[in-house]
Amino acid sequence: MENYLIAMATFAGLYALLALGLNLVWGMTGMINLGLVGFYAFGAYVSALLTKKAGWPMPAGLLAAMLLTAAAGVLMALVTARLRGDYLAIITLGFSEVVRIVASNEIWLTNGTDGISGIPGPWRGQVSPAAFNLIFLVIVSAAVLVVFAALQRVRHSPYGRVLRAIRDDDQVAAVAGKPVIAFKVEAFAVSAAVLGLAGALYGHYTSYIAPEGFVPLISIYIVLALTAGGTGNNVGAVVGAFLVVFFLESTRFLTGGLPGLKPVQVAAVREFLIGASLIVVLRFRPYGLIPERIPRYATPEGR
Amino acid sequence: MTEVAQLLVNGLVAGTILAVPAIGFTAIYAVLRFPNFTVASHATIGAFAGYVANTAGGFPAWAAVGVAFLVAGVAGVINDEVVLKPLRPSGALTAAIAAVALTIALENVIRFIWGNDLRGYALPLRRDWQWAGLRIGPQQVENLVIAAVAMGALFLFLAFTRTGKAMRAVADNPTLAGIKGINAEMVARLVNFVGMGLAGIGGMLLGLDTSIDPLTGFRVILSVFAAAVVGGLGSIPGAVVGALAIGVAEELSLLSLAPAYRTAVGFVAILLVLTVRPRGILGERAF
Repeated sequence: MENYLIAMATFAGLYALLALGLNLVWGMTGMINLGLVGFYAFGAYVSALLTKKAGWPMPAGLLAAMLLTAAAGVLMALVTARLRGDYLAIITLGFSEVVRIVASNEIWLTNGTDGISGIPGPWRGQVSPAAFNLIFLVIVSAAVLVVFAALQRVRHSPYGRVLRAIRDDDQVAAVAGKPVIAFKVEAFAVSAAVLGLAGALYGHYTSYIAPEGFVPLISIYIVLALTAGGTGNNVGAVVGAFLVVFFLESTRFLTGGLPGLKPVQVAAVREFLIGASLIVVLRFRPYGLIPERIPRYATPEGR
Repeated sequence: MTEVAQLLVNGLVAGTILAVPAIGFTAIYAVLRFPNFTVASHATIGAFAGYVANTAGGFPAWAAVGVAFLVAGVAGVINDEVVLKPLRPSGALTAAIAAVALTIALENVIRFIWGNDLRGYALPLRRDWQWAGLRIGPQQVENLVIAAVAMGALFLFLAFTRTGKAMRAVADNPTLAGIKGINAEMVARLVNFVGMGLAGIGGMLLGLDTSIDPLTGFRVILSVFAAAVVGGLGSIPGAVVGALAIGVAEELSLLSLAPAYRTAVGFVAILLVLTVRPRGILGERAF
């Protein structure tokens, strides 16, 4: 039971990282990323390949994962920066499919659908599995704390205010002299780096990654986490991630008890519930559990 | 040389079929102004509706396609009315997010009923036709004709009927159309019916070539986006041109790439077009 809780907390931490990354672009800048799982997978593969095949140390793998995922994000943000948001939605959704296709077919590199196993983890094998899980929980929690603190700082800074201005009306922000495209590309790059970091950590934690572990449903988990927690709000992103993991696990127990269903049907019921709950939250609680409160600043007149 | 010619023929056939769901996607975009990703699940719904009509109902393929159109179209109207329409005031991107969630939910309804197994239509066995070293299957030709008839009917509808003109008016300028007394809500329902119906036909035509499963629609979605974006998002003639271009490009990619990368061609095409000419071949401005 303890091990189970530790594993769930680790996953919640990884999802919290993803939700924080999404919040930076969607919640704070108003840019959409529907291919979250693609960035997550990309980061996981970069770090896994570099540490396992090239023998890099884990921190270097994490860093490379963040940099390369950010580069992919920059490319997509640049191509669509001047266009309506719909194009970014299409392109990110497409990206996640392409990552899956490449991971499934470049067998010489990624081992195809068999996946990569034996990805190194910190002190794996030197300590007991229970201790390893605990160590990893600490690492993930530290990553969540650092990213959370940094994004919280962005949120309360003039930089974050510009991002919100772009979200609410990018023409006004441009008229006010802000380089809108540079801001958008930077925000997307930083967000992508966070998503890549989460993916890399996932690979080192589970020691095994495969294309079928990166299905579009995961993107839905994360959008659900952020929307349920409170879009635009970093606290909401973290709380939402824990809620989603709790929700996923409860549906596992609930649907497990449904009589007379084949395993594929049980899986279908769960996935349906996840999609449906995102729709319900968007419809009835669009601001989430903890709605965004925009930081106020004193003006020269005192108000 | 024959190899290239064969790939061109295959590409044009594939492109014509791809044009059907691409028109659906782009038409809905033109009227409702959001990328409705549920074309994926409605293509799957159409494919399965046609499958039931074909295997359990004994309909021949061409008649089952009609069932695919009707069922997917009605499902499209209901899903939009219940799920997406109430969310559109929150913004195009919120509606787009909900569309992805809805696609996953619908796909799992199909999975719950039919499972993950691959299913094939009951089709008569026929020998491929050969001509000057080129080879084409009678089923391919039949699909081509069905796709062409569906598109022809749509063009006639949009060009000559009152409702068709109303649809184009709303797509062109919703405010002006409203002033002229066109009921935008009815037009929205109609475009959902026609657009998702076309997606359903597309799903079934794709399935006739190979087999169907709950991911049939999702697998083709990247090519559908590519066709719509390359042709110009929101432009119906553009979707046709874009689909033919993507169909041919995907087949020609086989000369140097593994078959699995066919759909990745669409992604590269989107990146290229958005970099060079974001409005696509026949579209309006994209910002």
